[in-house]
Amino acid sequence: MIIKFLFAAIKAGVPLLFGTTGEILSEKVGNLNLGVEGMMFMGAFCGFAVGYYTDNVFLAILASAGAGMLGALLYAVLTVTLRANQNVTGLTLTIFGSGFASFFGELLIKNSVDGTPKLSSDFVAGLAEKSIPVLGKIPVVGKLFFSHNPIVYLAVFIAVICGVYIKYTKSGLNMRAVGENPATADAAGINVSLVKYIHIIISGGICGIGGAYLSIINGGGVWNNSCVNGQGWIAVALVIFAGWSPFKAILGSFVFGGFTVLQFYIPKSTVNLPNAFYVMLPFLVTIFVLVVNSMQKSKKHAQPASCGENYYREER
Amino acid sequence: MSNRVEKKIKEPFIRIEKRADLSSKVKWLLYTSAFFTAIVVGGIFLLAVGVNPLKAYGKIVEGAFRSKMAVEATIKLAVPLLISSLGITLAFKMKFWNIGAEGQIIMGGIFSTYFALFHADWPHFVLMTVMLLAGILGGGLWAVIPAWFKTKYGTNETLFTLMLNYIALYLIKYLTEGPWKDPEASGFPKIASFEANARLDKIFNVHAGWLIGLLLVLAVYAYLKYTKQGFEISIVGESQNTARYAGMNVKGIVVRTLFLSGAICGIAGMCQVSGAAFTLSEGVAGGVGFTAIIVAWLARLNPFIILVITAGFSILEKGCSVMQSTFGISTAVSSILQGIILFVILAFDFFSSYKLVIKKQKKGGAKNDY
Repeated sequence: MIIKFLFAAIKAGVPLLFGTTGEILSEKVGNLNLGVEGMMFMGAFCGFAVGYYTDNVFLAILASAGAGMLGALLYAVLTVTLRANQNVTGLTLTIFGSGFASFFGELLIKNSVDGTPKLSSDFVAGLAEKSIPVLGKIPVVGKLFFSHNPIVYLAVFIAVICGVYIKYTKSGLNMRAVGENPATADAAGINVSLVKYIHIIISGGICGIGGAYLSIINGGGVWNNSCVNGQGWIAVALVIFAGWSPFKAILGSFVFGGFTVLQFYIPKSTVNLPNAFYVMLPFLVTIFVLVVNSMQKSKKHAQPASCGENYYREER
Repeated sequence: MSNRVEKKIKEPFIRIEKRADLSSKVKWLLYTSAFFTAIVVGGIFLLAVGVNPLKAYGKIVEGAFRSKMAVEATIKLAVPLLISSLGITLAFKMKFWNIGAEGQIIMGGIFSTYFALFHADWPHFVLMTVMLLAGILGGGLWAVIPAWFKTKYGTNETLFTLMLNYIALYLIKYLTEGPWKDPEASGFPKIASFEANARLDKIFNVHAGWLIGLLLVLAVYAYLKYTKQGFEISIVGESQNTARYAGMNVKGIVVRTLFLSGAICGIAGMCQVSGAAFTLSEGVAGGVGFTAIIVAWLARLNPFIILVITAGFSILEKGCSVMQSTFGISTAVSSILQGIILFVILAFDFFSSYKLVIKKQKKGGAKNDY
């Protein structure tokens, strides 16, 4: 029972992990992108559509990343080059992205045979849960960690790469400098705009894959216009919970994934809490973490200093 | 993009320079051209999905105004957007990034729904007044929470208000499935429809929310421009240190302003439940709180321009609802067009505070101003 719950928690946490890792990259260069939900929607649709028409898992994932990147590029042009307000631009991206997915989703539904666009069984089989040889045989651990669908490993892999990159590499240090104090970074010879562009765009690609996970795997191979359904916003919350560290985001997203499936595993006879409480839980926990962090005033778990503000070189 | 000058000094081909204040004539020109560019880009999108843009735009305007009922529906859409944009304006003026309008609308709705459900027998006028006050209280308190933490511990308000939106949303879910569930409803749990006594009166066939909205436009304008408190808000927004030096109670001002900001959003919630939906459901705010942020910001926090932009958004929203029947494309086209228009305006906005200076190729010093 517990293993089943933890397994489900990991599964539910994966899209959050994509979104969170992406958003961390963006916030680390000083851009609070509230468009995660929108980029995930764009990725969700493009991933699904390409999967539907080509039957190729690789192309589908690539398309979802591409769609997310396109959304992020729009955001980057507006906030970095044209210095538009980040909150407003992000929210616009979310409105645009969700409209994009339902608009073209509707077209997909109309063009499908019986009104329900469904991925081929071969395609779904390619993404089925598989036990990794040898490792999957280990009791408990094998079931928990080594018998997932391939995208789960991709999510963890990307998060680890990003974590190592941010913490231990030179360009990771540069990006952090840009996020903390762009004027200083600029004076040190870092091309602030370029660094911002690169990371915001990659961040969008990662979010896009998260969207594809929701539409392709969570949706059971059938398109649903509202497949992202607020997961992007939970990811924004998770960034705080994870203290802007991709490593902690791995654990955090599985914890949050646990919250979302918790209500199906706690028998109503023992603890009778309303369902609404469980869906509210991630947000309550996030506020708690946010408040505690601000009380401690710790630099370590704080948002990058320049986050939310655009950099005007001429105004130093 | 850099261009080598003889003495090996690199000077970028295009430089960005801060602009002095624009004359209002140039500003109008800028925004009109932004608007038309947006229409053209939106048209290209429509063309790409196989719809004649001229016909589509015509249909949108026609859809919003074709009948008395359509006009009424357009106004109904505009009311919550207008009121909550005004609410947000107060907070934004203080540079307090309240993106929790969605939650504040919901809390206003919840508080006033309580009286509609359990005290529907009160005299109509009393009930309406109490519901309005309840809406004000609900929205206001919901905004005071992050404001208090911001002043006390410096807690990030953008993220805090964002999270509160979802807590408010799921509070409705709880009430719908739990204590306020309509026992007579079969199938999906829902909250009972309000009795006639608990419904907002109609003025010219549309619920009184539109009048409240218009009055609030004047009130917010006057409050910001002519009162001492309005002055304090703009000082705190410009520089908290200046405000402190002048002896202002910054914390008090922040909390008070946020109460007002949330309270106005709460009024929007009250109008929605008692005037439009006649019940409380999870769709009570339906993203209006987020759109309101964009409206307030586009209007540069000017209440009268907010009125204009709200009208434009509502026409677009209502007009797009006929796109499905006429062109067979999803009504989601309204979100896409909204997105495109906003992106273009955001881009053009750059030119209102900056100008590009292009260096002439041969003579090193000469500049061309754009």
